[in-house]
Amino acid sequence: MLKFIVRRLVQLIPILIGLSILVFVWIRALPGGPADALLGERATPAKVAQVRHLYGLDRPLYRQYISYLDRTVHLDFGQSISTQRSVSNEIRRRFPATIELSLAAMVFAVGIGIPLGVLAAKRYLAWFDHVSMAGSLLGISVPVFFLAFLLKYIFAVKLHWLPSIGRLDATRVTSHPTGFYVLDAIVTGDGGAFVDAVRHLILPAVALGTIPLAIVARITRASVLEVLNEDYVRSARAKGMTSRTVDRRHVLRNAMLPVTTIVGLQSGLLLSGAVLTEIVFSWGGMGSFLEQAVFARDFPVLQGGILFLAIVFVVVNLLVDLTYGFLDPRIRVT
Amino acid sequence: MTKTVPRLVAALAVLGLISAACGSSSKKTAANGTSTTAAPAGKAGGTLVFGTSSDPISMDGILISDGESIRVITQIFETLVTTKPGGTDIVPSLAKSWQSSPDGLAWTFNLQQSVNFQDGTPFNAAAVCFNFNRWFNFKGVLQSSSLSYYWSTVFGGFAHTENTNDVPADSLYKSCDAKDTNTAVINLTKPSSAFLAGLANPAFAMSSPDALTKYHADDVTGTGDAPKFNGTFGSQHPIGTGPFMLDTFTPNNQLVMKRYDGYWGKKAILDRLIFKPIADGPARRQALESGEIQGYDLVNPADVSALSGAGFQILNRPAFNVGYVGFNQAKPPLDNPKIRQAIAYALNRSALVKAKYPANAVVAKEFMPPSLFGYSSDVTQYNYDPAKAKQLIADSGVANPTIEFWYPTNVSRPYMPDPSSNFQAFKADLEAVGFKIVPKSAPWSPDYVHSVDAGSAQMYLLGWTGDYGDPDDFVGVFFRTKQKAWGFDNAAIFSALDAARTETDQQKRIADYQAANKLIMDFLPGVPYVHTQPNLALTKKVQGLVPSPVGPANEGFSTVSVG
Repeated sequence: MLKFIVRRLVQLIPILIGLSILVFVWIRALPGGPADALLGERATPAKVAQVRHLYGLDRPLYRQYISYLDRTVHLDFGQSISTQRSVSNEIRRRFPATIELSLAAMVFAVGIGIPLGVLAAKRYLAWFDHVSMAGSLLGISVPVFFLAFLLKYIFAVKLHWLPSIGRLDATRVTSHPTGFYVLDAIVTGDGGAFVDAVRHLILPAVALGTIPLAIVARITRASVLEVLNEDYVRSARAKGMTSRTVDRRHVLRNAMLPVTTIVGLQSGLLLSGAVLTEIVFSWGGMGSFLEQAVFARDFPVLQGGILFLAIVFVVVNLLVDLTYGFLDPRIRVT
Repeated sequence: MTKTVPRLVAALAVLGLISAACGSSSKKTAANGTSTTAAPAGKAGGTLVFGTSSDPISMDGILISDGESIRVITQIFETLVTTKPGGTDIVPSLAKSWQSSPDGLAWTFNLQQSVNFQDGTPFNAAAVCFNFNRWFNFKGVLQSSSLSYYWSTVFGGFAHTENTNDVPADSLYKSCDAKDTNTAVINLTKPSSAFLAGLANPAFAMSSPDALTKYHADDVTGTGDAPKFNGTFGSQHPIGTGPFMLDTFTPNNQLVMKRYDGYWGKKAILDRLIFKPIADGPARRQALESGEIQGYDLVNPADVSALSGAGFQILNRPAFNVGYVGFNQAKPPLDNPKIRQAIAYALNRSALVKAKYPANAVVAKEFMPPSLFGYSSDVTQYNYDPAKAKQLIADSGVANPTIEFWYPTNVSRPYMPDPSSNFQAFKADLEAVGFKIVPKSAPWSPDYVHSVDAGSAQMYLLGWTGDYGDPDDFVGVFFRTKQKAWGFDNAAIFSALDAARTETDQQKRIADYQAANKLIMDFLPGVPYVHTQPNLALTKKVQGLVPSPVGPANEGFSTVSVG
């Protein structure tokens, strides 16, 4: 297993280098270049030269890339043009917000999607199957921002059951040792903050988690149906194993492989869905950070933020691969 | 099977929590978590949470010009003079009285006594001079007009102006003398009356000299367009004399202020004042409706009736803006006065204001609001008259006049809630009398504003919200000097406005501006069409906020209570 992990980690290196080149080139390929993007109509040649010098854009490309790589390795992404704050600090501060939201959305999606899919498979073609699959089709079809808006309007604005913005009540005085507010509340033993943080999480997590939930449910159903028809399942039953043991040892474990892949991919896609959800709920994570940067043409933020999210995506997929190894021992040696 | 599923769910949930814990522990040292250490909210004053559109860019007044920075600075800092709550008259603040020398060159300010900055250091004449000399001696990037916008607007240049393309070479400011502890004299290079109204702007707030030095307020590198604030005065340690002081600022989350108990004047009623940035307009409204905030600014005019119907208070700011169609006379045929007049007669301004603006909006007749002194009631009027417009086109000698008409996208301004619908209405009006209109649009920031300022736009929708209560901040900004956006060179208008600006006799100033307004509307550099009254929305319990024509620049929260 260790060898497998090391091999996968080594494979990450070229991927990360490739990613850094892509982001580096993409930013420099903006029409007119970052200096023009920054200065807009005020781009007199003197000002462009000044800005290019300030950001080192007048040096040879390979030297720019080396110094960019050097700074990136040290997690120094420079300073935001619009807020003047350190991009690395900003990522550190905002990243827990996005992860907390994505994780909550995933727990919601997996926690409901898998049981739903399994039950639908077990009740194949019964009314439960039809209703849950029609429901999941609807879930896939609803745009995230629309659902976010709808949930917010009903449960926050009209019913006042849940809050509509932010991660905690503005008047709450509490400390944030980790930046993951739910975890912070547990660590500091602040029950009120825990309830408050969870209440703030519910609507955005449901909005963000609905599409993955629908996909996970459908894949789980298909996968379980497939495994249920396998010879080894029939043999296990024929040997007299209880239905529960067959399901646990043979059906679920094997059916979970494709589901794990989907969960991994969806985890990455959640990051893009989070952009819209974060805007609607004023969440203050990476999504709204990048959204503002696009409008402000804040290239240090885009450069740092996108590379960082890309790394997260790659790492999540690595974790998914490692989970395969855990679920299916054959994968470890191939 | 049915029992397996809950177990699996539980296992996944645990896995999720473990991975969250792992993720957080590895970032524990790096995470820049915040800890709000405010005193517990007492019942006496309570806490107000107010929704804003963004974080302040900086809390160092002289370096900003955006409304959200100004809103915070107004609570923490004070200026020598201020405007009367709800009006534009100049009243005492840190200066209890003032007088100018007969030649208008020396202004003596008698300061309030026993005033301390929030760091405990005394406010006195030396502090006043320290602040003025700091601004006047700005070097390098600090001189950029995008950073020292209000300094260059009110005072012009610096002690050693480095780039005269960016700011005027000459400065109105000459020196400051601390005559005694509580008397400061500001010497000017030429007489100016607009200067006093300018000082009421929060840009000229008095900061603690100790804090400015200690937190390296002047350590700014980069360029004017991309400055790097290396010090922390404007981000973490803004120290003024105002009724509130900064408690914690968590960017993109909230800015918490607490009452400054050492305040020299009437102390704030609230214990805490929280500004919560909510960038999305509809989200601000919903946050008010769901009870998470108790008020917000930049209310969409379309939401006003629904909010007031739902029991919220809507406060009107007295009109202090103007929306206009600008002409760039450097681009023919707009240099032809008959064509400009034809456009003015062709635009059905009252129909647009009635159809697309809130009920309290009024049709503009000149380039400044009626509430400001110097407004003239008898300028040339151009009431909707398509027949006359057609005749003027025929008389102009321009066959089939074609105009590039610019309008901004991605923006809503108080005087222009929906630019594209204004554009559509005006385009139809102009086409009806025989103009050919070529539509041009660009995102408001940075492209549109810069295209207009650089003189690229031929005819354009734009507007202005005043910064302080002086006509020079309206017609002076537009027409006192030659500008690329307008593309004309009219010595009569320039000198009339310059004379009005320096006149020290108030009655004569009023007459000067009235005369200048007539000159302007005869010349017709553009067509002003609307003044609006921007709104604030509050819950019923919030009392004591006085909406100001100058907006956040004079809306202090010290008199506000939350019931």
